[in-house]
Amino acid sequence: MSATTAHAGAAPAAKDGRFEPVILAFTCNWCSYRAADLAGTARMKYPPNVRLVRLMCSGRVDPAFVMRAFADADAVILTGCWPADCHYRIQNVKALRRFILLRRVLESMGIEPQRFQRFYASAAEGQQLAAEFDRIVEEVRALGPLDWAGRHAAFVPSATPPGAGVGEARAAAEARAAAPPPAERELAEVTA
Amino acid sequence: MSAKPRLAMYWAAACGGCDIAVLNLGEALVEVGSRFDVVFWPAVMDAKYADVEAMPDASIDITLFCGGIRNDENEHLAHLLRAKSKILVAFGSCASEGCIPGLANLSTLDEILDASYANETTDNPDGVRPVPAWRENGVTLRIPTLAPLLRTLDQVVPVDYTVPGCPPETKRIEDVVELVGKALDGTAVLPPRGSVLGAGHSTVCDECARERNVKKIGAFRRVTEIATIDPTLCLLEQGIPCNGPATRDGCGALCPAAAAPCIGCYGPADGVLDYGARLMSAFASVVDADEPERIEVILDGIADPVGQFYRFSLASSLLRGGREAMDQAHRGRASAPVGSPAANHPAPRLGRTPPSAPMLDVLGPQDHVPQRAPTGPEPPAPTLEPVGGPAR
Ligand code: SF4
Ligand code: SF4
Repeated sequence: MSATTAHAGAAPAAKDGRFEPVILAFTCNWCSYRAADLAGTARMKYPPNVRLVRLMCSGRVDPAFVMRAFADADAVILTGCWPADCHYRIQNVKALRRFILLRRVLESMGIEPQRFQRFYASAAEGQQLAAEFDRIVEEVRALGPLDWAGRHAAFVPSATPPGAGVGEARAAAEARAAAPPPAERELAEVTA
Repeated sequence: MSAKPRLAMYWAAACGGCDIAVLNLGEALVEVGSRFDVVFWPAVMDAKYADVEAMPDASIDITLFCGGIRNDENEHLAHLLRAKSKILVAFGSCASEGCIPGLANLSTLDEILDASYANETTDNPDGVRPVPAWRENGVTLRIPTLAPLLRTLDQVVPVDYTVPGCPPETKRIEDVVELVGKALDGTAVLPPRGSVLGAGHSTVCDECARERNVKKIGAFRRVTEIATIDPTLCLLEQGIPCNGPATRDGCGALCPAAAAPCIGCYGPADGVLDYGARLMSAFASVVDADEPERIEVILDGIADPVGQFYRFSLASSLLRGGREAMDQAHRGRASAPVGSPAANHPAPRLGRTPPSAPMLDVLGPQDHVPQRAPTGPEPPAPTLEPVGGPAR
């Protein structure tokens, strides 16, 4: 797992070498958080990969929260009350619109849709919530780590000699210039 | 040493438009020339990097740095000018948020090079590609090495001020020049370090004369798909995606006044952590639909979501995996966390003690956002020594 995930807390201990994703779930105070609470009191199990953030309403989720969460998490889940059940009338619908728009943008920026999902859960739906968490954890496990370092490394051109980063390339170029007239081999190197 | 304050201007990954905007000062430029000793400005005068390298540290009073950091030459100059300047200004959209060149961060370097050297429009039978160094007749020719991603200036070195705009409006540049001039005379004080200069603190909507009424949009359309645009009604309300709600004011709302939607060239307004995120919130809340299917249909009207929401600010988006991964991508060239006084770069010598108060940083250390207004304790402004003062 990439070093960046360390901020979100250690990932659950990997069993049998399985990848254990770190997933952040935004919950609302009135429905989905209570569903998670219910799952707990009823001793239903859901994977420890999911960390909950309780907000008063799913409408509070600013797309910037999600952007920031992806710096450390492998996936982000948005949960809230069912339509017409929102404690704040229609804020869950606004959350839905933002979710749909944000997912389009994230997809264009390379974040797979499985990494950003949403579902509704009423305060009584502890079991459904646990089942949804299970499903999403498995989907993200199948995708693998978000791995920003790997993603950024993929931007390095194939022609770049391994180990030659931005600063090093310049240093190498300068070293070449300072060196005595090169043999043919060097020309081959720099043009490789 | 000359008694006049020393000014530098540089272009990294930029189009040169910012330099033109400064040249546009016209007569005021003569004033700049008589006030400042222009020591380095590649766009208008011959200059050698070696001359800058030979300058003592902190010997340039103010540097206007245009352009993002796309290659090792840009990066070298960013570090060099940071060290040589008392005040480093990220000038224009490219330096402050990446701008159009930052959109290339959606593509890998191979894709970018393919677009230039190996597509249908290219006549390149030998498949020639740029190489960092080439030896011909015993002489080594070099070109800069492209970096995997474009970074903003503040992602590479600490920046003192930001002047937004693509390019900054000439009138606002005049304001900045005047302010700096007054600061040099001791008749004005520069705002706290990290501030935005030459712009407002609100949004383009606040400057826009168009009328706003309804809060619902049933369909998004491109300007070209609309036969007649209402001359007085808000463009967004007419279904034209207009970026005014997230964009900093300062331009005078020029585009909507001309019936063209704001595309966001003045960058994020005060308090906006991620430009695209703020704009997505604004657009989504006016979508007139409650059912997912219907919402999707309306959003289909936004033809190019990333281009719409991040045309100027992609390189400064929060979605970049944090500094660590970014630094790793650039393989170990240590980048100072911006705004941190303990940044591993030579502290600018500013007459006063460098700022110790942290900048607005609610999202954790790797997400410093310089162009937002600081809340809480304000870092003191860098000070210019008055001309002919005791320090000289
Ligand atoms: S959305 Fe555009 S047209 Fe409407 S008020 Fe804002 S800047 Fe003006
Ligand atoms: S209206 Fe928007 S795009 Fe036009 S100049 Fe102003 S900030 Fe830039």
